[in-house]
Amino acid sequence: MTPLTGYLLLAALLFAIGLAGALTRRNAILVLIGIELMLNAANLNLIAFWRYGPHPEALTGFMFAIFSIAVAAAEAAVGLGLVIQIYRHAKTTDLDLMNRMKG
Amino acid sequence: MVEKADQIFVTLLHWLVGFLPTGWQHLASVVVCVVVIIAVYPTLFALAVLLERKGLGRMQNRYGPNRVGPFGILQPVADGIKSLTKEDVVPFRADALVHFMAPLVLVVAVFMGFAVLPMGRNMELVDMDASLLFFFAMGASTELSVFMAGWSSRNKYSLLGAMRAIAQMISYEVILLLSSVAVVMITGSLSLVKIVEAQNHYTWGLPHWFVLTPWGLMGFVLFVIASTAETNRSPFDLPEGESEIIAGYFTEYSGFKFALFFLGEYVGMFGIAGFGTTLFLGGWSAPLSVLTWVPSWIWFFGKVLLWICFFIWLRGTLPRLRQDQLMNFAWKFALPLTLLNLIVAALWHFMGAGVVTWLVCFAILAIAYVLMARTGLKRGKIGPRSYRYAE
Amino acid sequence: MSIVFWIFAVITLGGALAAMLLRSLVHSALAVTLSFAGLALMFLELGAQFAGFTQFLVYIGAVAILVVFAILLTRSSEETGSGVFSPTWLRGLVIAAAVFAVLGWSILNSAAALPGTTAEPVASVQQIGQALMGPYVLPLEIVAVLLTSALIGAVIVAMHEKEGAE
Repeated sequence: MTPLTGYLLLAALLFAIGLAGALTRRNAILVLIGIELMLNAANLNLIAFWRYGPHPEALTGFMFAIFSIAVAAAEAAVGLGLVIQIYRHAKTTDLDLMNRMKG
Repeated sequence: MVEKADQIFVTLLHWLVGFLPTGWQHLASVVVCVVVIIAVYPTLFALAVLLERKGLGRMQNRYGPNRVGPFGILQPVADGIKSLTKEDVVPFRADALVHFMAPLVLVVAVFMGFAVLPMGRNMELVDMDASLLFFFAMGASTELSVFMAGWSSRNKYSLLGAMRAIAQMISYEVILLLSSVAVVMITGSLSLVKIVEAQNHYTWGLPHWFVLTPWGLMGFVLFVIASTAETNRSPFDLPEGESEIIAGYFTEYSGFKFALFFLGEYVGMFGIAGFGTTLFLGGWSAPLSVLTWVPSWIWFFGKVLLWICFFIWLRGTLPRLRQDQLMNFAWKFALPLTLLNLIVAALWHFMGAGVVTWLVCFAILAIAYVLMARTGLKRGKIGPRSYRYAE
Repeated sequence: MSIVFWIFAVITLGGALAAMLLRSLVHSALAVTLSFAGLALMFLELGAQFAGFTQFLVYIGAVAILVVFAILLTRSSEETGSGVFSPTWLRGLVIAAAVFAVLGWSILNSAAALPGTTAEPVASVQQIGQALMGPYVLPLEIVAVLLTSALIGAVIVAMHEKEGAE
């Protein structure tokens, strides 16, 4: 097994864990955490490909990861703001109880 | 001779490591450095606590500790023995693991920051490319430990203190970061060693410290304010305002864990003082070119101690802020000024250093400062506190 | 595979698993922080120093704190009577397992085509800065706009609607 395969498998496992969490947990905040984990797994892939890829001096994967971290930060801020607003409205963060389109 | 005194610790380290086989030398030197850092700063901590208690005592017209040893100088030893022998109380409903981890995370994160600080010529543990970022990354980790301590105690006061502390630390971290970015813009490097070297030149016997430039002065002032808030020192000590919320996030800690929090707070102070010294006050470089014969590490630690004395002085002088004043000051006054400071730093970079540039940059910052302070005063948002019932 | 890789992998995966399995939301948040830290260490091990420190600063310094604040503001730290997993947890688990199976299968199948060990590339801060100001200046500007709009958006979304005002 080459090192790159190891990193890719690890990232795939992390992605699967995040996906499972996002799909199975009831709390909206944990679903967001699951999404963050999936994003992180993608970042790990990008960095690993940069490290073992043919043209590391172009910094492509590296830059992609940096931008992805910035976007993830924005996503977390807006997502959690939405969760707080939903909590104020519906008095719960349980996604299974939010099944009405009309407030 | 001068060279030798300057490099005495480096030579000592090389001599000490020389006894080992070559393969082990690198590891051994790192271990020795870490041990020295872990030994030196707690000693300084004991000194600073004594200094603070004595100094505050004098400022408040009392003696301060004077019972243990001559003039009370053994007071830190007594305090240490007391905290070690005290019972370690954990609240019944507390989250034992998180409660236990919180002080550890704090102390580890705080000590990690010292890995990149250049404490003298050739006296840094690691010279990384992105050491400035490393310092901030470690500083960010302390916020989490504050939350862990506050939440795991299952105490309303602890939680309130933790929330206050985190809100304050996040707000002022923005200012801390942005005021240091100006330095990075001018130096063109994130390495603290290079930042010090950029300031280690002299014109007419005066150093090229960044604090002597307009943007550096403004950055320095903002950095000092933000560092006071970041270390929860008075006048920004709302998270542990003892008249309101007992001791804030470490209310439920006793014995050695409390001592660890105390240590973490003071060592964090040293860390941020050393960092600010490196960024604005020329790190280990001498203040006058005729004084360059004094060993560099004396200058570094002297500046850090001066900074600590300033913190103590502030604590003896200023009353505590209110929460809304704290937030308004950070977001409506300090943040716009740091952003303007960045623009001025860019102007400085492109106009080239000179008397005219100096005056133009200073004028821009001074006008902005005066205008903002005036509008703030007028709206009553940042102004002096008014007492409704006390008068 | 070095021993360091395995240590970091255990930290990362353990943190992620714990975050998704623990009942208490605050514990989950702390566990996911551990996972983020493990990933940052892994970036450092891969030679991406800048990205590793950025990961530390952004995820542990900002995202974890945001999550914690959201948990406390929505009172989610209190125990709920109902379970933490939704009734359709089995379906979700099967989907995740299927995704992992497909990803793992394709990675292992293409393992031979993947490049092996290469010399460690350097990404000095200077290089990164030059890349950001050169070929990547447009993405940089767009990210700046995105972050500003996210900041404003988050404030507006989370702001209290003042009762009785206007």
